[in-house]
Amino acid sequence: MNDVVSEKLKILSDAAKYDVSCASSGSTRKNTNGGIGNGVYAGICHSFTEDGRCISLFKILMTNYCIYDCAYCINRRTNDRPRATFTPQEIVDLTIGFYRRNYVEGLFLSSGVIKNPDYTMERMVLIAKKLRKEENYNGYIHLKAIPGASEVLIREAGYWADRLSVNMEIPTEPNLKKLAPEKNYPDIISPMTQIRNEILVSKEERQKYRKVPRFAPAGQSTQLIVGASPETDRQIILLSSGLYEKQNLKRVYYSGYLPVNAYDKRLPAITRPPLVRENRLYQSDWLMRFYHFKAEEILSEDQPFLDLDIDPKLGFALRNMHLFPVDVNRADYEIILRVPGVGVQSAQKIILARRHRKLTLDHLKKIGVVMKRAKYFITTNELPASFSDWEPKRLKHKLLSEMNSKFRKSVDTQMKLFTDFKPVLPTLH
Amino acid sequence: MKIYTYDDTFEGLLTAIFECYRRKDFPIDICSRSGEQRYLFIHSIDIESDPTKAGRVWKGVQDRMSGRNKQLLFYTFLSGESGIEMKIYRFLRRLFSGHFNIETDYGDPDVLYLTQTSQKVKKEALRMLQFVRFQRTKDGLYFCGIEPRYDVLPLIIKHYQNRFADQKWLIYDLKRSYGIFYDKSRLEEVVLSKRQFNIYNGQVKQNLLDEGEDFYHKLWRSYFKHITIEERKNLRLQRQHMPKRFWRYLPEKQIEVK
Repeated sequence: MNDVVSEKLKILSDAAKYDVSCASSGSTRKNTNGGIGNGVYAGICHSFTEDGRCISLFKILMTNYCIYDCAYCINRRTNDRPRATFTPQEIVDLTIGFYRRNYVEGLFLSSGVIKNPDYTMERMVLIAKKLRKEENYNGYIHLKAIPGASEVLIREAGYWADRLSVNMEIPTEPNLKKLAPEKNYPDIISPMTQIRNEILVSKEERQKYRKVPRFAPAGQSTQLIVGASPETDRQIILLSSGLYEKQNLKRVYYSGYLPVNAYDKRLPAITRPPLVRENRLYQSDWLMRFYHFKAEEILSEDQPFLDLDIDPKLGFALRNMHLFPVDVNRADYEIILRVPGVGVQSAQKIILARRHRKLTLDHLKKIGVVMKRAKYFITTNELPASFSDWEPKRLKHKLLSEMNSKFRKSVDTQMKLFTDFKPVLPTLH
Repeated sequence: MKIYTYDDTFEGLLTAIFECYRRKDFPIDICSRSGEQRYLFIHSIDIESDPTKAGRVWKGVQDRMSGRNKQLLFYTFLSGESGIEMKIYRFLRRLFSGHFNIETDYGDPDVLYLTQTSQKVKKEALRMLQFVRFQRTKDGLYFCGIEPRYDVLPLIIKHYQNRFADQKWLIYDLKRSYGIFYDKSRLEEVVLSKRQFNIYNGQVKQNLLDEGEDFYHKLWRSYFKHITIEERKNLRLQRQHMPKRFWRYLPEKQIEVK
């Protein structure tokens, strides 16, 4: 019995790893009646895999059998892979066993689609219900809403889970049709809209009656695959900005496309996932969520792709040199946030500290501002050591050349001619 | 030229600061009794810790600090950095002399140092929430031995008490040789005299472990291995988030013993 479970765990964790979301944040669920588990609002990461991603939740597929044949997915019907299915009780036992040992912060349950969406969703809801009801478990649960499942099931899922997510995967409709002909766009959008509405309704009702159960208290998220289809960065950024504003999503995840089904001719032929592009998209995402940037400011109309050499914030500053330099002792918070090298924490510290005394460059450095970048964009009331009206192109070049070699390596997207170079002549000993 | 010594506790430090004001006498340093000796041939005055005096200082601090910083000084004290006492003392002198909101004056080296040190302590406490791993013993106790850089056990027990309300657990600080035990109803500070665990990596002796323990241990290791995406390997990033000094306590990072 134990061997069977560990074999299944191998297959199904292997199949679940392509889901990037692993956040356990947003829930403040209390541990009631001496049960087990609670939510921590900020989330806790319990371990980090060799690819540097966090393990916060026990991320697992219920099954990797699937009736669909999506080009980008490793679990597509036509792939010859070992398949397995967990019973609800097995998942419950594993979750509780891991949770009690403080290995994980909760359960992230996703699944391939078996028989039909409703059948799959029903079993997933059952697992969440068992955890809450039978085990008196109050830890985090993230459920994936299966596109095409009925509204009743999604509503029930929301009452047991902390976060729900529907994966969009492919950012635009024509490309989705091309890569996943059996799926359709409305099936993805409608559960998303339903979840958004249910969350709003439950919030409103809770203001009237405190006993109303919360619906997905940690909100909903989604995932986009980057690089499997020919969308531009601008399209992707505009889409996520729309999702944040209109669908009230908590997070949009970007997953650099991994060539898992290299034989499929509909997909681009690449050998390495576009990690730098993914990183730049996340940076833009952060700019929108924490730095008060608008999507249009990050990428304007004539500029479809993000600059891979420099981060989008520096890119914005270089395009808008007329906004700088900024006087840190007088400028507003929003303006200080836009200075490259100043993060949210430093900006807040600057605002608080300048009430007490005038800040100098030395103060800023100690507070944690990255002066290497920031010094070209700020003034304090000291006399500048050297003054020069930088031309954006020259400044970019200078910053790039100063960049530390350890960062250069990850930015290096240049093709190498001689990586596998072997000398023709044998070496002399 | 004189120094004050106190008994290593936060209460003791607050009493020493109280005495400075009462005696109108300002020492050049405040040192813990058991800490390293920093001075030769100096007049040192030993201060007995006194809860009422300490309480008065603490109340003064609470009245003058804003909500989010009320525990700032306690956190910085837990860091145990050498010379932290005088920094706290100088900070309090400014605080009590009527300056307004000085905890946000990051241009002042003392304030910045105290803020950054308390951040470090909080970060270490967070790591104790991340990297504590329990092992279930035969008598149903969940045990974890770990070695935080700072003395942060007092900051994390509330979290574990809330979370694992229905299980007995013991978190033991291997460096400072004390632990907190929870028996499903109350908390207790314990010192283990007879050690049944490996002092180096906190692992309980094999014959004392519950039968299911090995199963979950193996499953977790296998899960850890299979959830990695090989094509995206980035060991530097992994070390950055999960410092190597914790690896020996983590089942997923231990070297398999046959």
